[in-house]
Amino acid sequence: MSSRAPRKGENYELSVDLNSGYAEKRKDAIKRVIASMTVGKDVSGLFPDVLKNMQTEDLEQKKLVYLYLMNYAKTQPELVILAVNTFVKDSDDPNPLVRALAIRTMGVLRAEKIIDYLCDPLAKALRDENPYVRKTASLCVAKLYDLKPELVIENGFLEQLRDMIADSNPMVVANTVAALTDIHNAASARPSSSTSDPGIFIISPTILNRLLIALNECSEWGRIAILNALARYQAQDEKESDHICERVVPQLQHANGSVVLAAVKVVMIHMRGVRREDLTKQLIRKMAPPLVTLLSSPAEVQWVALRNINLLLQKRPETLSTEIRVFFCKYNDPLYVKVEKLDIMVRLANESNVDALLSELKEYASEVDVDFVRKSVKCIGQTAVKIDAAAERCVHVLLDLIDTRVTYVVQEAIVVMKDIFRKYPSTYEGVIPTLCANLDELDEPEAKASLIWIIGEYANKIDNADELLNIFVDTFVEESYSVQLQTLTAVVKLFLKKPDSSQGIVQLILNKATACDSPDVRDRAYIYWRLLSTDPGAAKAVVLANRPPISIPRTTVSSALLEELLGEISNLTSVYHKPAETFVGMGRVGVESVQHKEATFNDEDPFSAKKALQTVAAGQYVENLLDFGNEATLDGQPTGLAATEVLTQPAAANLMAGVSANPLDDLVSIFAAPSTNVISSASPPAPPTQHQQEDLLGLF
Amino acid sequence: MISAFFIFNQKGEVLISRLYRTDFKRSIADVFRIQVVSNSDVRSPIITLGSTSFFHVRINSLYVVAVTKNNANAALVFEFCYRFINICKSYFGKIDEESIKNNFVLIYELIDEINDFGYPQNSEIDTLKSYITTESVVSSSYVAEESAKITAQATGATSWRRADVKYKKNEAFVDVVETVNLSMSAKGTVLRADVDGHIQMRAYLSGTPECKFGLNDKLVIDKSQAGGGGGDAVELDDCRFHQCVRLDEFDASRTISFIPPDGEFELMRYRSTTNVKLPLRILATVTELGTTAVSYAVTVKANFNAKLAATNVVLRIPTPLNTTTVECQVASGKAKYVPGENVVVWKLARIQGGQEHTFTANAALTSTTSSHKQVWARPPIDVDFQVLMFTASGLIVRFLKVFEKSGYNSIKWVRYLTKASGSYQVRY
Repeated sequence: MSSRAPRKGENYELSVDLNSGYAEKRKDAIKRVIASMTVGKDVSGLFPDVLKNMQTEDLEQKKLVYLYLMNYAKTQPELVILAVNTFVKDSDDPNPLVRALAIRTMGVLRAEKIIDYLCDPLAKALRDENPYVRKTASLCVAKLYDLKPELVIENGFLEQLRDMIADSNPMVVANTVAALTDIHNAASARPSSSTSDPGIFIISPTILNRLLIALNECSEWGRIAILNALARYQAQDEKESDHICERVVPQLQHANGSVVLAAVKVVMIHMRGVRREDLTKQLIRKMAPPLVTLLSSPAEVQWVALRNINLLLQKRPETLSTEIRVFFCKYNDPLYVKVEKLDIMVRLANESNVDALLSELKEYASEVDVDFVRKSVKCIGQTAVKIDAAAERCVHVLLDLIDTRVTYVVQEAIVVMKDIFRKYPSTYEGVIPTLCANLDELDEPEAKASLIWIIGEYANKIDNADELLNIFVDTFVEESYSVQLQTLTAVVKLFLKKPDSSQGIVQLILNKATACDSPDVRDRAYIYWRLLSTDPGAAKAVVLANRPPISIPRTTVSSALLEELLGEISNLTSVYHKPAETFVGMGRVGVESVQHKEATFNDEDPFSAKKALQTVAAGQYVENLLDFGNEATLDGQPTGLAATEVLTQPAAANLMAGVSANPLDDLVSIFAAPSTNVISSASPPAPPTQHQQEDLLGLF
Repeated sequence: MISAFFIFNQKGEVLISRLYRTDFKRSIADVFRIQVVSNSDVRSPIITLGSTSFFHVRINSLYVVAVTKNNANAALVFEFCYRFINICKSYFGKIDEESIKNNFVLIYELIDEINDFGYPQNSEIDTLKSYITTESVVSSSYVAEESAKITAQATGATSWRRADVKYKKNEAFVDVVETVNLSMSAKGTVLRADVDGHIQMRAYLSGTPECKFGLNDKLVIDKSQAGGGGGDAVELDDCRFHQCVRLDEFDASRTISFIPPDGEFELMRYRSTTNVKLPLRILATVTELGTTAVSYAVTVKANFNAKLAATNVVLRIPTPLNTTTVECQVASGKAKYVPGENVVVWKLARIQGGQEHTFTANAALTSTTSSHKQVWARPPIDVDFQVLMFTASGLIVRFLKVFEKSGYNSIKWVRYLTKASGSYQVRY
């Protein structure tokens, strides 16, 4: 039994008031109990006192007592049994609100004792004449399944739910669909269920028709439940796909943004089965305006929409081709919205709108937030690489920006110039002196490495290349590894291009690099050394080889993953652009299963795959900590808190590393990926250790 | 689905906590406090730790937070949070720490009603108000009967309307409210100008009225196909409707027909980007005189019929961060330097159509330690205003027909308002 509180203190006073002879005083005490519960005080000791107030005609008081019960039933399983009588009585009340309330509450008490008493009232409620009670009861079946699946199956509730899809009331249909989907997911997540099991909720063509009818009549949230079910349906033939698309398209006009996105999802899925060109075109055309309208929603919804639009554009770039202006950033947009907009603007860039885009980007580059400014500069580079005709204009904008002499702008601009050189070799050599003039201001490894790469690449055109490189050779030991690697390669390039004047510097760098404590730098130095001493011709062929120009990848995820994500529009998966396994799975899904899954994708993008794996590993770690925190709380509050504090460290690391609540990380890595390639293209493929380092660098 | 729902105040104290599912302990709230409330650099509205995701919306120094533990529908979760906020506003007139604390019992009732087991349920404000009230209800046979009616209606095909509404005078008010988004470059070219419109309706009509609504629009799905013609028709890029509007009918024949909820609701939202009439023209010359001063000359011109007037005009003119004093000269209105926000606020109570007003000022700057020279970002000038009986898109309500079986006559009122707040931006 519960240990009663001592005869003083807040809980004791509450206990006295709960047993007061005045109804008003009792009700007031219940309110105070709930208030204490909310702020996290332990009021479970008052269980018997609160329970006494359950039998009341006052609906509000009843709700409060139920609320208390829901929170503490689990801690006082012995006492809950006292409440059963009232619940069963309430489930027969003439007032449908009371009936529904009783069923709703009983389902979440989660005490073994009470469940056995739930089945009879539930069976009755499922057949109640009042739709409000029926819709509450249908969800209650899902609650029961979550607790004790056997009971649901034994009592035939599943069959009853399936029958209820034909209910005359659309709201009941919607909740039934939600409940069945919930049970279906819970059942298929169970490790015991074999893959051959077809699942609990299979949508047949008959059910499909009922869903399509209910879709137009039920509440907004109900529509989402139904649309989600439609998304799971496998169309039998083309005609059916056409039919579904046509019936769902009107939902794009709904005021609720999540209904719109759910409708987009269904259309995107069933469009795969549509063969008629004109219908496909018409569908895409109808999808565009509602998507743009989502941009006038609150910032959070906007952000979700933008992340999804980004995905849609990867699949169907033509969708919003004329709408670039609506993605222009407002000065007061939150940063996460701005960053997403930038990405979409570059996706939509073409020759006709590039001028407007560039003047916008230039404007953004003078704003205050450093991350946003850098990303804007990066976008100028991406535009240059994407649109050949605009490259020269982009270079001019970049030069203007370098003129501002704001250090982070200059550094980012230099990194971007490197990419432009990689796309258009030997085209804009005229800007090299301007870049070199800023050499003293560089303090970031990436910018330094980029400039060094440019100097090495054009060593024969820069008169004082050896002097410039000498600066970096002098400070070689203090530089980060990426700068060291670039310096090494650049000096070797210089030597191969101007062998007469740079004998000394190449010897110096090889000596320094072979003494370096990074195996990558050391190995590369040895390889160069050997190449140069045995066969300078071969060295030339390797180091000065022509490399293919870079291009902007049209997609940021592999095509198989893209299809999967498009099937999950508006879910977290497609907000993060990552498969669900990387962040959901209650710690049950391990790294291996994800690895297996990734292997089945055509492996275009090893970088993101690796990142996903890291995320799972990190996620599991956090998961364990969270679980630990949960168990610890049984002993009392303080340990729970302590556990969460321990958690902050790895959690923050995890955030940065992968699941990335911060989309910036992803975006930064888009460009980081090709730049790792250039380093390795000038040298033999990097050993795995280096890769990992670069991954980490790319992430932070 | 949503596993838990919380409201935190600015300090991270829990005001409301409701766990819909049992996959969490209450201590999950502490995690949010550490990760978001006490973290000064939160860069995403969703934070995922392990498999737990926190969705948060900030409003009036409150955090409205939903927690999920699966691959949740992110748009739905945020829409739900905003719906909750709207419900609170409608019930308590505002949403802030005080109103949450004073009404926490009612809020618990509400969040249990609008969400069951993590699935959002009926959240139509008008319907909710019919059975979740601030007075306590004592169960009796009369109430039971009443509840039966309410619940039948709350789940029925017209879940937004009671059947037995009666008014002596049948009236319907239609407010067309347009928000203009403008971003104009320093050279005076319009980078972006569009209108977010919404049509707010207050219906005080008896029985179950069937309404038909008409605008002077031609909904253009594909601009390339739109031929000229059309006269005074307005091109709407897109529109979205309240759930009472029959979407399938709109899709088929472009008629807007519906049975309205009783009282106030948002009938429709739309977007227009073509032929946007900008009510105010801003001409700004801002010159940086060396590193010690900035001079301003800003002219605002009312670009509409002389019978109309813009009211509550507020221009926020940014100044550099190292501004010490600003000397302003205005012929009308009041101008004041607000150091905390680095802006000069110029307020004009009223500008008649066709009028023009000018603002001149000189800002003195402190000489900064110019070792690292930070360039002034020149944020745009932001203009707020309201113009009654004017629509920037040119939209006009053609008709609103009300059919009811008793055949009563109804009176309809239409109002137009164009406004901007925080979205009318001019660079210089």
